Amino acid sequence: MYVLTDNFSLYGKGFLGTLELTVYSSILALLLGFVMASFRVAPVGSLRVIGTVWVAVLRNTPLTLLFFAVLLGLPRFGLVLPFKVFAVLALGCYTSAFICEALRSGINTVPTGQGEAARSLGLSFGQTLGNVVLPQAFRSVIPPVGSTLIALAKNSAIAGAFSVTELLGTYKPLNELGYSIIWSFVWIAVGYLIITLSISALFNLMEKRWGVAR
Amino acid sequence: MAVDPLIELRDVNKYFGKLHVLQDINLTVGRGEVVVVIGPSGSGKSTLCRTINRLETIQSGHIAIDGKPLPEEGKGLAQLRAEVGMVFQSFNLFAHKTVLANVSLAQLKVRKRGKEEADRRSRELLERVGLASQADKLPAQLSGGQQQRVAIARALAMDPKALLFDEPTSALDPEMINEVLEVMRQLAREGMTMVVVTHEMGFARSAANRVVFMADGRIVEDRTPEEFFTAPESDRAKDFLSKILKH
Repeated sequence: MYVLTDNFSLYGKGFLGTLELTVYSSILALLLGFVMASFRVAPVGSLRVIGTVWVAVLRNTPLTLLFFAVLLGLPRFGLVLPFKVFAVLALGCYTSAFICEALRSGINTVPTGQGEAARSLGLSFGQTLGNVVLPQAFRSVIPPVGSTLIALAKNSAIAGAFSVTELLGTYKPLNELGYSIIWSFVWIAVGYLIITLSISALFNLMEKRWGVAR
Repeated sequence: MAVDPLIELRDVNKYFGKLHVLQDINLTVGRGEVVVVIGPSGSGKSTLCRTINRLETIQSGHIAIDGKPLPEEGKGLAQLRAEVGMVFQSFNLFAHKTVLANVSLAQLKVRKRGKEEADRRSRELLERVGLASQADKLPAQLSGGQQQRVAIARALAMDPKALLFDEPTSALDPEMINEVLEVMRQLAREGMTMVVVTHEMGFARSAANRVVFMADGRIVEDRTPEEFFTAPESDRAKDFLSKILKH
């Protein structure tokens, strides 16, 4: 029971580690997912191929394998960065594939006539996407993007296995110190819940504010 | 008429898979001319209308607007589309933008007008189609007839050389059809070049310079409304007219 109060700074570091991984990876995933979704609906064939390959490779690779590839593979090509940055890269790229598909399904909910009307007025592909299609797609992708980012928060636990400070990894020192394993994990779970429920709350708010009115 | 061609289609062919939807289409629309395209459904008249601003690509043939061939995908095509307005059967107003923003958007993004200038022009046009009081509403709050009039205002905001109408009244309640047709008649009187795909025979009679009758992907007749409606030449047109004029 006292495991939390006794080890508050350890838990705090872990919590902040997970929070950082979640926030930075989310930003990367959203940006990359946005770019890839644009590629996948672009009128240029080569862009569509890039988007499709990106999604196919990243969505179908186990995340742990991706971590190995990034953390052990990239240094071989002379790219040496802090493990935390590698972890953000792996998590962000992996999640971007899911964000891309969520965005694309949102784009598909916008009637084709909307895009046709925009193009018939002389708007370019980028203007059509940015001013007409995405603002409408955005409303319907709020729920699935929220789910994807919650999954990202939980997936960040894998980074702990690669000696990045994060929440799940705190159980190891606590276990060595002889604390009850059950209570160690209860507080870890509470930490995750704080993050995931915050993401839920944020997306609920966004849905209320911008969601599709029915 | 047709001394000064604005829209020219030469030997245009289009397929949807194996279906030959446009077969050797030749059509010239002169500046200021109103051409009404009629025909049974599936005859290719909507497709014909949509090829003129390349919403549908063609497999062979030539299309020229104002003497210039229709450009490929890209900037040139966007510029051309800004010159040729289009009004759709399903209105296609931008659902997330107000009526005013719908009319102003392309003025801001394509014509690069300032916000004030664009909004002023939009209000003028909304006034002209009788909807000035609806400027701040969302499209979903308007009736179908009102939405279609906004769509016409939106197309006019680009100061187009020609307007394409793809069955503009087919999705409307009977009592709303007239308010849209009245706006179109007024445009015709003012000398706007128009290609109108429609089932409204009254409009064809009263506003068209020429009636183009299509069937099975071909232009079967291309004549003045009086000639076409009183003495159609082809059996296909006689059959079509007997069916629609009976009730």
